[in-house]
Amino acid sequence: MSATSGAPVVGTATSTGTMTMAAALNTALGDSLAADEDVLLIGEDIGTLGGVFRITDGLKDRFGARRVIDSPLAESGIVGTAVGMAYAGMRPVCEIQFDGFVFPAVDQLVTQVARLHYRTGGRVRMPLVIRIPFGGGIGAVEHHSESPEAYFAHTPGLRVVTVADPQDAYSTMRAAIDCDDPVVLLEPKRRYWGKGEVDTSVTADLSSARLLRGGRDATLVAYGPLAVTALEAAVAAEDDGIDLEVIDLRSLSPVDRDTVAASVRRTGRLVVAHEAPGTVSLASEVITCVIEDCFEHLEAAPERVTGYDVPYPPAALEEHHLPGIDRILDAVDRTLGRRSSREAA
Amino acid sequence: MSTTMSAGSTRSPRDHRPTTPAPAAPGNETAPGTTAASDHDLAGALDRPLHVLAEDGTRHPDAQLDPHLRDVDEDRLTALLRDMSVIRALDDEAVALQRQGELGLWPPLRGQEAAQIGLGRALRETDFLFTSYRENGLAWCRGVEPAEMLSVWRGASLSGWDPFARHMATPQVIIGAQTHHAVGHAMATGARGGEQISVACFGDGAMSQGDVNEAMVFAASFRAPVLFFCQNNHYAISEPVGLQSTVPLSHRPAGFGIPSLRVDGNDVLAVRAATRLAAERIRAGAGPIFLEAVTYRLGPHTTSDDPTRYRDEAELESWRERDPILRLERHLERLGAPIEELRAEAARHGQEAADALHAAIAEIPVPAPESLFDHVLSTEHPGLARQRAQLLALEASLAPAEAAS
Repeated sequence: MSATSGAPVVGTATSTGTMTMAAALNTALGDSLAADEDVLLIGEDIGTLGGVFRITDGLKDRFGARRVIDSPLAESGIVGTAVGMAYAGMRPVCEIQFDGFVFPAVDQLVTQVARLHYRTGGRVRMPLVIRIPFGGGIGAVEHHSESPEAYFAHTPGLRVVTVADPQDAYSTMRAAIDCDDPVVLLEPKRRYWGKGEVDTSVTADLSSARLLRGGRDATLVAYGPLAVTALEAAVAAEDDGIDLEVIDLRSLSPVDRDTVAASVRRTGRLVVAHEAPGTVSLASEVITCVIEDCFEHLEAAPERVTGYDVPYPPAALEEHHLPGIDRILDAVDRTLGRRSSREAA
Repeated sequence: MSTTMSAGSTRSPRDHRPTTPAPAAPGNETAPGTTAASDHDLAGALDRPLHVLAEDGTRHPDAQLDPHLRDVDEDRLTALLRDMSVIRALDDEAVALQRQGELGLWPPLRGQEAAQIGLGRALRETDFLFTSYRENGLAWCRGVEPAEMLSVWRGASLSGWDPFARHMATPQVIIGAQTHHAVGHAMATGARGGEQISVACFGDGAMSQGDVNEAMVFAASFRAPVLFFCQNNHYAISEPVGLQSTVPLSHRPAGFGIPSLRVDGNDVLAVRAATRLAAERIRAGAGPIFLEAVTYRLGPHTTSDDPTRYRDEAELESWRERDPILRLERHLERLGAPIEELRAEAARHGQEAADALHAAIAEIPVPAPESLFDHVLSTEHPGLARQRAQLLALEASLAPAEAAS
């Protein structure tokens, strides 16, 4: 996957070479803790254990139990406590252990974190990062494979961002921690072990989508775990002579509608893919934005390729539920007026 | 846990239920050796919350509280009377302003003056308060200006004052949510050292919220320098405290490892002393302490509420007799103070404050329409800039039509 958008910062560029996304996130957290003494981490099992995904591995030993805090098992407490810490000038990074466990914290996120800056006329800032490993594909039990992003993207006052590869993970985490707004940072857990080059001097813009691959025939928008899938689909489409443009949406709130619309103006066709159910989803939002912004450039109806409108299914069924290369290309065929599964049926 | 701190741990559920008041007891009898569970059998016990002023104004000694009352002289008592009279006058004026249509809503604090002034005047100004919406007496103690006190209730803003200037967070509407904030604040400031403490203020209803219980877990586990101050005013809108807890609220912190005190919340000296006692210990590194102030909301939940639907006149009358201001006046009278003079002076201060509150209505600006987009994020994102422009364009397009019609 290509490097992130954003220019290298001035100063010593320290290329740290190839690493997994998990290692990139760990490096980013460590670098932020080292750079700013107001940064602290709080979450379940993040200290001694290093987190169930080991994203915080070794950080308690380096920075101490007051900055890498093993919290009691209470998600509302994690986020609510972080609010109080932010009142006192800290920049807490909260870990929610799994996507399906975030719901007890939704009250604090929606009624407090998202609103305190607005409520106080800008006097109180909430520079929190809420890290959530999200998405399926790892054969997990219930509540460990959810994609809850739309709930948060629907809440004004929160930034919602996803990461897709190690470089993006490193740069976005650093930017999220530096940001004065609350950021819900969704980490695609099934991509934690994918490797890539990481240059720690590369910065990221939290609000921007990024063009992963240029193409003429259709625009394919994805994010998080499906960014990789979308690129794989584009490679597969080459066999049929189809040239796909691939955009990693990255920022789910605010949506970078300009980048998407600019692409659709070039290609005339749009497919949006994500794991979350399609009804009232990011796909709904992106397609609406495109219709509002460049309806006259559309040559075909936009397509959504999403999880079905069902509760997350048991692991044995998830390969049917999650959008893969075949479902994405089936939708691409429809936008191009080619024969798809629906005509075949 | 210190045994002296768990003074409320054997008290009966009787006097936190809205029943006929127990007769004034001349001390702090406890039923030693009982457990919370067995308290159900002791419903008739004569135990009462810690207090130093009887309802007739008589001063009673209390071994725990007296050391924290050594500085109390007639001037101090007069100042407390003035504070309580002022916040009652402010409260009454705000209710009147709501009736006149100047405020959308107001949550009266009448009856809770001793609890709020006792707390507010015992803390240091730099102790950080995280309160509910009924704590306008604490706002008064923190120097909140009249317009700042009213703007939220007039619908002109979502917060009235700068939390950092007043060391008081924007009052919380979500019940109990602020307890986490107090604990987090205390964890952060405690880690830096120093003597600042954080205070979570909430009511009896909040004791059923998950957040309050979680906050006690966090506070205990991290020994956070936080005071949990629960004003048990007996009602969560219409629901009596007995629905939230079948044991006195002050029994519950023990299960979290948090020492607690139960104090007569209509006795301003007792609240002041108990707060100082607790705050001193917290400052010394003792970790969190829970203080239940047993009081009574004499008015409605808000100006939209009709309490006659859920409580009777006899109960109300019994608590009017325990009015915290009346009690302090009786005490001053017993001390031989010129009570009529003091009462008149307090009333004058109250009237001045009420007049200032009334006048402040005119100072509260009507916010500009486009200000609804301000401060969503620290920097405005393009989507909001676009919506702002759309609103302004719409308003501009309508303006000539309105002018012509």
